[in-house]
Amino acid sequence: MELPYGITLPVGSSLGNRTGAWRVERPVYADGRAPCGHACPAHEDPQDWLYAAEEGDYRTAWTRLVAANPFPAVMGRVCYHPCETACNRGRLDEAVGINAVERFLGDHALTHGWDLPGPGPATGRHVLVVGAGPTGLTAAYQLRRLGHEVTVRDAGHEPGGMMRYGIPTYRLPRDVLDAEIARIVRLGVGLEQDSQVTDLDAALEEGFDATLLAVGAQLGHRAYVPAGEAARVLDAVTLLHDVAEGAAPRIGRRVVVYGGGSTAVDAARTVRRLGAEESVIVYRRDRAHMPAHPAELAEALDEGVVVRWLTTVARAEPGRLAVERMELDEAGFPQPTGEIEELSADALVLAVGQDCDLAFLDGVAGVEVRDGVVQVDEFLRTGRAGVFAGGDTVPGQRSVTAAIGHGTRVARFIDAWLRGREPTVAAELPVVDFEQLNPWYFADAPHAVRPRLEAARRVTGFEEVVQGLDETTALYEARRCMSCGSCFECDNCYGVCPDDAVVKLGPGLRFEIDYDYCKGCGLCAAECPAGAILMVPEPVPPS
Amino acid sequence: MSTHLGMPLMYYQVGSFAVGNRLVDPDLRSEQARPDRAASLTKGHRACRGCGEALGARYVLDTAMRATGGRMVTVNATGCLEVFSTPFPETSWRVAWLHSLFGNAPAVASGAAAGLRALGTDVRVVAQGGDGGTVDIGLGCLSGMFERDDDVLYVCYDNGGYMNTGVQRSGATPPAARTTTTQPVGHSYGHAFGQGKDAPRIALAHEIPYVATATVADLRDLEAKVERAMSLRGARYLHVLVPCPLGWGTAPHETVRIARLATESGFFPVFEGERGRVTTVRRIRHRVPVEEYLRPQGRYAHLFTPHRREDVLGRLQQIADANVERYGLAAPAAAISTAGGGPDGHGEVP
Repeated sequence: MELPYGITLPVGSSLGNRTGAWRVERPVYADGRAPCGHACPAHEDPQDWLYAAEEGDYRTAWTRLVAANPFPAVMGRVCYHPCETACNRGRLDEAVGINAVERFLGDHALTHGWDLPGPGPATGRHVLVVGAGPTGLTAAYQLRRLGHEVTVRDAGHEPGGMMRYGIPTYRLPRDVLDAEIARIVRLGVGLEQDSQVTDLDAALEEGFDATLLAVGAQLGHRAYVPAGEAARVLDAVTLLHDVAEGAAPRIGRRVVVYGGGSTAVDAARTVRRLGAEESVIVYRRDRAHMPAHPAELAEALDEGVVVRWLTTVARAEPGRLAVERMELDEAGFPQPTGEIEELSADALVLAVGQDCDLAFLDGVAGVEVRDGVVQVDEFLRTGRAGVFAGGDTVPGQRSVTAAIGHGTRVARFIDAWLRGREPTVAAELPVVDFEQLNPWYFADAPHAVRPRLEAARRVTGFEEVVQGLDETTALYEARRCMSCGSCFECDNCYGVCPDDAVVKLGPGLRFEIDYDYCKGCGLCAAECPAGAILMVPEPVPPS
Repeated sequence: MSTHLGMPLMYYQVGSFAVGNRLVDPDLRSEQARPDRAASLTKGHRACRGCGEALGARYVLDTAMRATGGRMVTVNATGCLEVFSTPFPETSWRVAWLHSLFGNAPAVASGAAAGLRALGTDVRVVAQGGDGGTVDIGLGCLSGMFERDDDVLYVCYDNGGYMNTGVQRSGATPPAARTTTTQPVGHSYGHAFGQGKDAPRIALAHEIPYVATATVADLRDLEAKVERAMSLRGARYLHVLVPCPLGWGTAPHETVRIARLATESGFFPVFEGERGRVTTVRRIRHRVPVEEYLRPQGRYAHLFTPHRREDVLGRLQQIADANVERYGLAAPAAAISTAGGGPDGHGEVP
């Protein structure tokens, strides 16, 4: 090549200069687990379905949601949303209203008549599920998807278990519950109501390949309260059950509910709706120690329910109660003070815990019942081959959410058993904490509040209290998600690289680092809003 | 669309602050989000890891390339940008690019603009240099270019010193910053107070059609300013703050964060002016004390060790406070604004 005077080399591009050799650390795209999914007892991954919802693709969002949980409309109403407690956005302004979006998706699916994903290829295996509550129905759904035949036997007149007989309709309207159950039944689940299993061995001889024990805690725990002969004492579970069946008892004008859990609050609010002028919760500890969810308590107080903190019921007489003031000791346990007071009460409702009716397991070989629950290993197996247990039947947290999570998990373990495989628990990605995010890129956007029914209208009936979000508000709420640990293609890495060493692969395909030129400055990782890029030491080349 | 609470529905997941956003129309995304961006300064250049100037130059020129449809030439002053991009015989430029001397870039650009006009072509001219070439060595040529209102956009990438020759002080080195020519002498450390040149205000005083400041921390803002500048004719000036990991003593991954702290503390005011008058300002989103900007930088380490220099920190804070007052940077940002302003915190100057 002829070069001009004074020029000794032809012009070349800097592309010949592989600056990647400077690198001591390299960026890698590494998805992490969002804290919402990590905290979800039902094993949902809200980040994943919110991602689709943000685009307005509700069908995909709902499909991802029901992969874990076939009851989004129920859960969007009754879950205590540990996801929102864990949400990183809570550190920025307020947690994303995941539960409200879940309810929107659940209701949207019901309105549009979307069906659950169909059953998998038939395996010829048949599973018996004892109990048509959240655990049993979720497991039935998951087992059908895996191709197994499922028969569910339930003692109740209608399916749903504690979702139907434990949760009042002002929190969970029955049409919603019925519709979500019907969708599972349509997958070909054999549902047998009014057929309590009383003899497990006999049932097993019918030829089931596996069995799931999933009976709910439907018996009110018996607490000893000295009571006069004519004193009216009920238990909360029975009260809620009777109300659900349309057979509400006459309860009187002044009612005391004894207990501090969700059931106590549900009972107190139900009692108000049944016409009691005074509904008083008597609880032996203070507000900070109350197991009921604060939001529910707040709704109850709005409705005129009164709470007597640090008080126990000492004795019940017709028309009145003797109550004793308590004091918390240093360990936070209530201790009696001996100071007795009298309260007028036409009835006392006990809400001091619930038990499972496990009489049908008496004498069943290999199934151990201890402390009122069935003992299981980490794969929810009882001591008897092929017999699994979950939900309220086993030790652990008792909530609809936890029960649904058990249903999904146990279905996986039962499937492994039916296919002769070892059960496994999927390894979880590392949880992304707030410090890994770059919140600068998220505009300020306060939480959208779900409208609530006026208190005055609430106590006159069983109309649903908390209402849903309209579509625009749900979309707004979904878009508040910070996508912790997952690339959402914001192009920041592609933009902030001073070396033009990030390759944009196109919509849905994310990005790639060009390691020939990446100098490893780490700007892409530092400016990734979602914390989805990690800097790792440069691998040492083989010598 | 708006929610029942009356809040407009926006793309909150990335707000207006990220480079791109999968939820918005591709045409509304930033130039840097485009797969077919010009990449005016391509891979393989020899800038340090995390170089703010390399980033700023690509941001500016890619936008100018889009605005002119590729019909533009670039005139570059001597400096880091010239040295790291064109070690003989390589070049990292994918734009028409010309380098002459350290101090004459504005004059060369004026000549290029005049020559192109004489040829009857509509090819635009963008000149660029570092703060040394702009506020010190080239200031006379620059002032002349302004005074003649030549049709040139001049871009100064300000990293506060002569970095490629070994971090010497320049007329744009901020007070109290350590450079290799502001070594401790006696009891006094760092650069003296009251010696800097405020180039954007000098430019504004020439009452040229357009003057703006920007940083590499706010891409959308920077691109909007380049677009605005290229829509105008005559002399225009853009001053971009580009942190320098080497000269500032910061980690390479901190470049964007440091630039952000410079604006969020008020130490570097981001504004836009036309014909001698400030028209819009980039308001502070979450104001931080100037100390948060200074502390991560090695060039200010002597303000914190061995003794905390309250007196010096106080004076630096005063500079930030004065900026906030002069430009009205602290006015409440319209984080969730209604029609008119975006969520990006821009506001009209009353």
